[in-house]
Amino acid sequence: MTEPINQIGTWIDIIGILSSVMLVAALLIWVERRMIGIWQDRLGPNRLGPLGLMQVAADMIKIFFKEDWIPPFADKAVFVLAPMIIMVTILTAFAVVPFAPGIGIIDFNFGLLYFLALSSLSVYSVVLGGYASNNKYALLGAVRAAAQTISYEVFMALSLMGVVMLSGTFNLRDIVEAQRNGWFCLSQFLGLFLFIVAVVAESHRTPFDLPEAEHEIIAGFHIEYSGMKFGMFFIGEYLSVTLSSAMIVTLFFGGWLGPEFLPPLFWFCFKTSIWILFFVLLRASLPRPRYDQLMSFGWKFMLPLALINLLVTGGLVLWMES
Amino acid sequence: MESLLIYVAASVAIISSAMVITQLNAVHALLYLILSLLAVGIIFYLLGAHFAAVLEVIIYAGAIMVLFVFVVMMLNLGNATIALEQSWIKPRMWLGPSLLAVILLSELILMFSQAVSVTAINLVDAKQVGILLFGPYLLAVELASMLLLAGLIGAYHLGRRQTKANKET
Repeated sequence: MTEPINQIGTWIDIIGILSSVMLVAALLIWVERRMIGIWQDRLGPNRLGPLGLMQVAADMIKIFFKEDWIPPFADKAVFVLAPMIIMVTILTAFAVVPFAPGIGIIDFNFGLLYFLALSSLSVYSVVLGGYASNNKYALLGAVRAAAQTISYEVFMALSLMGVVMLSGTFNLRDIVEAQRNGWFCLSQFLGLFLFIVAVVAESHRTPFDLPEAEHEIIAGFHIEYSGMKFGMFFIGEYLSVTLSSAMIVTLFFGGWLGPEFLPPLFWFCFKTSIWILFFVLLRASLPRPRYDQLMSFGWKFMLPLALINLLVTGGLVLWMES
Repeated sequence: MESLLIYVAASVAIISSAMVITQLNAVHALLYLILSLLAVGIIFYLLGAHFAAVLEVIIYAGAIMVLFVFVVMMLNLGNATIALEQSWIKPRMWLGPSLLAVILLSELILMFSQAVSVTAINLVDAKQVGILLFGPYLLAVELASMLLLAGLIGAYHLGRRQTKANKET
């Protein structure tokens, strides 16, 4: 076995990746509102700057200068800590994302598991945030988030095992290389479907945004949050959408692989942006299910499907080898 | 260098485990337990068992502890008053976990930044674990799965009776 960690990034990579990821997350505020506007046949934010692009700056200025109110009945320390957890976990998870050959922060042999570990730790952000707010709606949101994340995490990992079996490694760079003869979205289309549903549920995006469902529990776990603390939850959600898109591209759509006339980094960013747009479109087009429907869908439909996918893939791998 | 990291992680694990037992209320104890598990994960990593280290974080810190917190929140929802809730988490108790977590985080950053190569006692990869589990330890795996199945059926039975009783009343 080779070295468990090959450091491939210098400080330039780290700073570059961090700032570009943050920039993308901030831009998504505008992208999401604008695209949903277009898809719903209205304009969206179009006044500030070219195409309304300065809306991002305006939103940022607004959110920084808003009163950062901590409710007197809340538990202050946890209340402050909770939004940071999601930022730290999601940003640390970007360390293993293989952007292109030679671009990235670390090359870890268990990169896939590292991603799963950090994305499962990020749920504490929502749970503790809802708990510390000391508000019944926030607590309901937190309870929902905990139950939903646990349920969907189970088959999130299972759906990826098909990819691991076909490529024979947990290393994300090797998984990308293993797709030279065909992207895994063809051979693992079931796994892809399961993984998409799981990451949407994991990042609490519509249609699975039950923890913050406005029409029943007002805003759920972040009901008491304002100013930049709310902003961190908000940006954290976009960061997690970006991370999910990057992982979908890495695992199922050949990562940086693509026609030679453009650099690998371009192909990675291009595919990732398409998936980010897909997440936005999903939000524009799908209604929210009822909570019990969400849970029974997860356990009674998705989990068996993940197990069947695992069994069939395993059988086929063994049959091909013999 | 590695031995220093191990000692630091181990002392974090020991201190936070002691706090788990000594804390009077459940939420404090749970937060320290999460920390203790993360520290054990770091120790596994330093010893070369990377697979076990990541699984420790995914399964224990990421899934089982979330369930614990979930259950505590559910109980809290039922019968505790707001005053009790407020008295449950005090800001002061966050100083300990945050400080210990910062130590762990800086260790993680240090390990990744220097790519500390453990003077490998024995590097264990996923394949070896799998071969061992489905070879010599097959019986243990099967027994554990039977135990889990029994637990699952038991939990299902209890939950089902509960809902029936609710419907009758």
